[in-house]
Amino acid sequence: MSITFNQLTKWIVRAAEQIMKQKNYLTELDQAIGDGDHGINLSRGFQEVVHNIQTLETDDIGQLFHTIGNTLIQKVGGASGPIYGIAFIKGGAILKGKKEITVSEFSQFLHKSVEAIKGIGKSEVGNKTVLDVWTPLADYLQEKGENIDWQEAISYCWEQAEKTKSMKAVKGRAAYLGERSIGHLDPGAVSSSFLFEALFETLGEGNEAK
Amino acid sequence: MKKLINDPEQVVRDMIDGILYAHPERLKNVPDTSVLVRADAPVHGKVALVSGGGSGHEPAHAGYVGKGMLDGAVCGEVFTSPTPDQVLEAIKAVDGGAGVLLVIKNYTGDVMNFEMAAELAEAEGIQVTKVIVNDDVAVENSTYTTGRRGIAGTVFVHKIAGAIADQGASLEEVERVALKVIDNVRSMGMALTPCTVPAAGKAGFEIPEDEMEIGMGIHGEPGTHRAKIESADTVADQLLSLVINDLNLQADDKVAVMLNSLGSTPQMELYVMNKTIGKVLQSKGIIVHKTYVGEFMTSLEMAGCSVSVLKLDEELTELLDAKADTLGWK
Repeated sequence: MSITFNQLTKWIVRAAEQIMKQKNYLTELDQAIGDGDHGINLSRGFQEVVHNIQTLETDDIGQLFHTIGNTLIQKVGGASGPIYGIAFIKGGAILKGKKEITVSEFSQFLHKSVEAIKGIGKSEVGNKTVLDVWTPLADYLQEKGENIDWQEAISYCWEQAEKTKSMKAVKGRAAYLGERSIGHLDPGAVSSSFLFEALFETLGEGNEAK
Repeated sequence: MKKLINDPEQVVRDMIDGILYAHPERLKNVPDTSVLVRADAPVHGKVALVSGGGSGHEPAHAGYVGKGMLDGAVCGEVFTSPTPDQVLEAIKAVDGGAGVLLVIKNYTGDVMNFEMAAELAEAEGIQVTKVIVNDDVAVENSTYTTGRRGIAGTVFVHKIAGAIADQGASLEEVERVALKVIDNVRSMGMALTPCTVPAAGKAGFEIPEDEMEIGMGIHGEPGTHRAKIESADTVADQLLSLVINDLNLQADDKVAVMLNSLGSTPQMELYVMNKTIGKVLQSKGIIVHKTYVGEFMTSLEMAGCSVSVLKLDEELTELLDAKADTLGWK
């Protein structure tokens, strides 16, 4: 099973729709433990991403991811912009020149992204951040490979986001709450889950989605 | 939400345009950006200072752009760090060939975006140094966490580093002085009411009518604790004690004090607060060189204030007293 350039474009359009739809929910999660702008900023960024990738004249997945990352860095702001942006730019670099990729290659992209996020955020798994979704998901996709069940992958993704509830934030603005951050979902982990849910839904529709 | 705005998404752009109509002799806009720079930028041969951050803290930071302080300010979305491309545009617009100092408030997003911009600028051959301000004693300092936030004390960094840059100092010297200010300034704030980010449309949190939040950040981030509201005497003493202890101030130390409104606390209340602050400092034998009272770094329409204390030596005193000509500081 391969993942095509067109499927990945469809993924991002779908993810953007979902993030815009969940704008208030994401912002509310952020108001509880951060500074209350996560949904607003991500919506602005993904709206621009959709605009930029639809005018992209290429079928190179590396270039697609570079454009996504660059747009997010330039349009989102805050910490989310650089984090999501660098994930797509540095992770996407390994997909340069590819028109279609395997599940295992997508998991390699995630592994690279995780390294980039750790670098820029100086954070680790368990710190109540996006890494708590991206990292386990990278391992999960690697383990499942071509035998993956997309519905199960969606559930797995949300289970990881749910786990951030019991974690204590030490990075980002939620860190100012310390112990008081426990009991709240991490907004970044939730937006990441919306992002990957959209991917798995797109891939679950199979190749008729071409 | 009850605000004098047009489109919530356009509020920063509208504000910048309004500033440009009001002060064209002082400030200019780098085309197609949210960057405001000195009208005479770049000043050749002078180290340039760039700061910025989310909007909603006016007069910070555009209000400090001018002779003797900042050369450029980057206005992000409300309470959201500006993006690297915008910061890069500011750096390019103010670089006069002697290098650029970035004054960054310590927030995860601000640090990331400004650092990315610094890398991009260096790749274009511009010498860039950055300092990170972390004056908020409400947050416990630790290398493991994000660390202390940058709040109103940042304005002292703009003033003093800006003054030495204006005297023709090298980038290294300007950085040294900026770091000295950062080492010697501490702040502590409190809030009575929340504020509303225009695009969110409702307040990010609530504070009951009879309560206050001690240590609240300038974006409504949580403070150290909630408490029943107390008299100005008690609150002033509480905020000041934390700052004095953290700075380890002793009798005969000389300081500058800044009493900053978070947006809707009137001057009357600030001066009522300052009565206690002045009295306590006097009783401890701490010499107040100057006191600044007003709006320096606000948090939209939040009611509340912050107290900043800067410990002065001869060099810092002289630079603090040097003339500056900006909207927010003269």
